[in-house]
Amino acid sequence: MNLRYLGRRMATFLLTIFIASTLNFAITRLTPQDPIAALLGRMASRGRSVENGAEITALFRERLGLDETLPQQYLNYLLDLLRGDMGYSLAFFPIKAEAVILRALPWTLGLLSVATLLAFTIGNLLGALAAWPQVPRAFRWLVYLSMPFSAIPYYLLALILVYLFALNWQFFPLGGAFTTGSTRGRDLATFADMARHATLPVLSVVLAVVGFWALSMRGIMATVLGEDYLIYAEARGLRSRRIFSHYAMRNAMLPQVTALAIDFGRLISGQVLVEIIFNYPGVGWVLYNALRSADFFVIQGVTLFMIFTVAVATLLLDLIYPLLDPRIRY
Amino acid sequence: MSHRLQHFLTPMMTLGLVLLALILVPGLFGQWFTDPDQLRLMAGGINAPPSWAHLLGTQNEGRDVLTYILKGMPNTLLIGLVGGGSAVLLGTVLGMVAGYFGGPLDGLIRNTVDIGLTIPPLAILIMIAASFSVVTPLTMGLVIALTSWMHPTRVIRSQVLSLREREFVLLLRLSGASPTQIIFLELMPNLIPFLAATFVNAFATALLASIGLEVLGLGSLHTPTLGNLIYFAIIGNAMWLGLWWWWLPPILIFIVFFMGLFFVSTALDALANPRLEPRSG
Repeated sequence: MNLRYLGRRMATFLLTIFIASTLNFAITRLTPQDPIAALLGRMASRGRSVENGAEITALFRERLGLDETLPQQYLNYLLDLLRGDMGYSLAFFPIKAEAVILRALPWTLGLLSVATLLAFTIGNLLGALAAWPQVPRAFRWLVYLSMPFSAIPYYLLALILVYLFALNWQFFPLGGAFTTGSTRGRDLATFADMARHATLPVLSVVLAVVGFWALSMRGIMATVLGEDYLIYAEARGLRSRRIFSHYAMRNAMLPQVTALAIDFGRLISGQVLVEIIFNYPGVGWVLYNALRSADFFVIQGVTLFMIFTVAVATLLLDLIYPLLDPRIRY
Repeated sequence: MSHRLQHFLTPMMTLGLVLLALILVPGLFGQWFTDPDQLRLMAGGINAPPSWAHLLGTQNEGRDVLTYILKGMPNTLLIGLVGGGSAVLLGTVLGMVAGYFGGPLDGLIRNTVDIGLTIPPLAILIMIAASFSVVTPLTMGLVIALTSWMHPTRVIRSQVLSLREREFVLLLRLSGASPTQIIFLELMPNLIPFLAATFVNAFATALLASIGLEVLGLGSLHTPTLGNLIYFAIIGNAMWLGLWWWWLPPILIFIVFFMGLFFVSTALDALANPRLEPRSG
């Protein structure tokens, strides 16, 4: 990989973050109403006591720099962001917004990576097997069955899963990430408890996404199967299993990795909503509470976090892509 | 004609259309058969199970759930229509300009699309909905379109790119036809299957985005929509109280509707690229 490509890719990454943060700034400043009055009004109307009202107002004025010119406000906003300073949480007043988000981060990243990895692996395997000639016909129906699930939004599926498996049959807990009041340590019991709590949230994402991957993998596999190198591999007398994994799958995976990068935004948006359904203490749950208490800087922080995560994930996938596909040299 | 119809109505298309009709017919016409009084506070008992007076029971403010659904469906469909329609319209114009004329304008549009596609729409939508509190189904649809025109633009651009190198377009260009003439009279008709497939996908995307916002409590809470019904059901602990008639119907409606859209879009894709295997996304 040459440095010029790396430089160009980094520039796109920084440009994306810059544009998204600017959008984020512009939207909040385009509102015709005074943001502070609107906020305090909304907090009051939702029955929250505005204890530190005066203090918050002063802080807000200073923080948003409402007395300064717009370019100056914009510059301050960018400088604060560079330092990772997202402002104060209004709901947990003396605590900073970034602290609230950081506390929730491990839960979200854990759930998201497990669910994505599972869905991607199972979906691609299913799709590839469905296109493979030696696989029994009945197996193909598994893929057809998984297809309609991919049309259902995760969070709606999540609600049905909660109802069936947590409320009705009580196989799994209703929500949360661990049993409240339990002592958490680095032992097996803690891990089992966390896994039990994560099962339904992960399952709702996996069920909804597996069909998507299976369907596109089946399509790609169907075109790969006609390639000359597969016929050659067969003529060399390689074992069918080896042809499947080392020749067919290996090549069909490449467009899927690109698709994963494109799909990441949808994944993280769905994750936010799934956490709300399951009271899972991740970033989505933080967002939900922040919206209900009009916790301005936390809302802004979470949206910036979503943008940043997707940008980083796409960047990483783009950088490891040449390792997966040796033909690509930048 | 009947032969063409037969070609169009593949089993998957038929299944999709039947599912869509199941939702669209009551969704569009049911509102005329409702009694607005049923939406008032305490129109019936609180959290009453289904009965002859209230076919889908009532919620925690005594409002009739079936009436809310029938009144809400047109609004929900309007958000999807405005959101998906405007996104496709914007995407078609930009995609055609970029694909047909090329040059620096194409570079600008292509790069904007590439960057825009990596910004999660929900993040931008949340900021907009949280900053501007006045939201009607119409404005919500337009705002959603602002964050979802990139995908249609990309699809239309790549189609125009391949179409404009075909012989009939070259011939027209040589015989002095103007770009507008070529774009609207020659390219457009060829793009119709793609536009249809793109519209169905954009409609589903817009609907999905609106439900997401509404479940977060960012919809216009005074307008009945299915997403708001789910939001209020979550807030009102409907599931934990065993009030299935409140939270389950809007979810089932969405599931049937999304499956219908999925089947129709897969069938349209197969019609648009007969050589390719049907692919979603």
